[in-house]
Amino acid sequence: MTLQERQDEIIEEFLIFDDWMDKYNYLIELSKDLPVIDPKYKTKEYLIEGCQSKVWLYAELDGDKVKFTADSDAIITKGIAALLVRVLSALEPKEIMNADLYFIDKIGLQQNLSPTRSNGLLAMVKQMKLYAMAYNAKMNQ
Amino acid sequence: MSINIQKVRSDFPILNQKVYQKPLVYLDNGATTQKPIVVIDEVAKIYSQENANIHRGVHYLSEQLTQKYEDARKVVQKFIHAAHDHEVIFTSGTTESINTIAYSFGDKYIHEGDEIIISTLEHHANIVPWQMLCERKNVSLKIIPINDKGELLLDEYEKLISSKTKIVAVNHVSNAIGTINDVKKIIDIAHQKDIPVLIDGAQSIQHGKVDVQELGCDFYVFSGHKIYGPNGIGVLYGKEKWLNELPPFMTGGEMIKNVTFEKTTFNELPFKFEAGTPNYVGAIGLAKAIEYIQGIGLENIEAHEKELLEYATQKLNAIEGLKIIGTSAKKISVISFILENIHHYDAGMVIDKMGVAVRTGHHCAEPVMHRFHIEGTIRASFAFYNTKEEVDRLCEALMTVKQMFG
Repeated sequence: MTLQERQDEIIEEFLIFDDWMDKYNYLIELSKDLPVIDPKYKTKEYLIEGCQSKVWLYAELDGDKVKFTADSDAIITKGIAALLVRVLSALEPKEIMNADLYFIDKIGLQQNLSPTRSNGLLAMVKQMKLYAMAYNAKMNQ
Repeated sequence: MSINIQKVRSDFPILNQKVYQKPLVYLDNGATTQKPIVVIDEVAKIYSQENANIHRGVHYLSEQLTQKYEDARKVVQKFIHAAHDHEVIFTSGTTESINTIAYSFGDKYIHEGDEIIISTLEHHANIVPWQMLCERKNVSLKIIPINDKGELLLDEYEKLISSKTKIVAVNHVSNAIGTINDVKKIIDIAHQKDIPVLIDGAQSIQHGKVDVQELGCDFYVFSGHKIYGPNGIGVLYGKEKWLNELPPFMTGGEMIKNVTFEKTTFNELPFKFEAGTPNYVGAIGLAKAIEYIQGIGLENIEAHEKELLEYATQKLNAIEGLKIIGTSAKKISVISFILENIHHYDAGMVIDKMGVAVRTGHHCAEPVMHRFHIEGTIRASFAFYNTKEEVDRLCEALMTVKQMFG
């Protein structure tokens, strides 16, 4: 699936929810699908510290694609992290670097990625793009 | 006389609204309090009819507003029972007040090898300015420990005091867990050794009577926005003797007597500590807020908030898996708690969507969280406009949280 198809699929999944609690319940479900970071990487080095919740993020190159694994100590954060990984993982570095994550707005979770919500998610997106940038540079060497 | 809750709530326009289609329940008063209409009207009136820079102009508006600003100082003076109105310095808030003392006092009286005493319960605003001072002057910070209830260990405090101790800075009430500290005793102990004491009153001033002369504290600081006043205004009370001796922290206009390029002489108190155009709108708004709560009655506020605290403590304790952090017998209407196996951020997200405003996290008091080996709590902080029904709404929201994450 392309980046756009992935995002559109998520937007469609969220269309049926008109209640916040249903949305959160779905995020709790999604949190279980997150490709979880190998415990050996659950260290300070891979920690993105928010003031409210923590996110761990690991990236590796699989062929010409970047694969992400992650975890969080808060379940809703983990659910949103799962969405970010689902959208950005297994894409080429360039695609990740230039990705416009419009799905977040469309499913009403933009509040969770605002700079004032220090849950680590905004920093996670930045970190994913930084990994992509690093792998892109490496591949072009 | 007790509080007429319907009347009181109608004084606060913001309370009458829905968030996420649910009536707003505002239980984040420890972070900031809402403003009564008299304060909002006063601020609007100044900008629409009375505005002029104070202390400078010889014209009508300036003179009128200067008078109101100085009257506001007298309102604060009487409210905290200070001996003189020039002992009341208007600042931007608690943080600026503490920084002023950390710089002015630190500059003059603290030297290498000295010690400063604070407590485990402090807000970062009463930690970091002292830490910075320690770095500048190569002095050390001593910390009063707490017990499992969240109470300061005063025996340990006495042991920390030495000939090197130059100042003690503690909060009157813990913002994170609500403990009311025995500041009278803390001050008395320090004064036996002639050590001055700064009291951070950010979380106490809005909840009951404060008498700085009875306490005997050398400095008392608080923020206007936590006592139903405007943002960006605060108070630094200092004993006349200290304020006369201390050098000014910030310099500029208003606070000077004469300036030549060779030498500047400083103005008298309180202006020496009020450099630049002061926040006169904030100060006048703060005085209005103080007069408003005096109209409600401090005893009535205390009684109502005590009732809410007791009711909420009982209701929350009945929730399985909920643990209250901070169980001192002497507490302000602030309850911090954790839910077993549920992250405070997850809880906060759901509570918010139920229309209830609480705070989650470490409450800018990380050392308290470390002491209890937790990352953060959910904090409900009540004001006199809150009701038992609102406590029930919080409990309902917590039951939903438990269902979702339990």
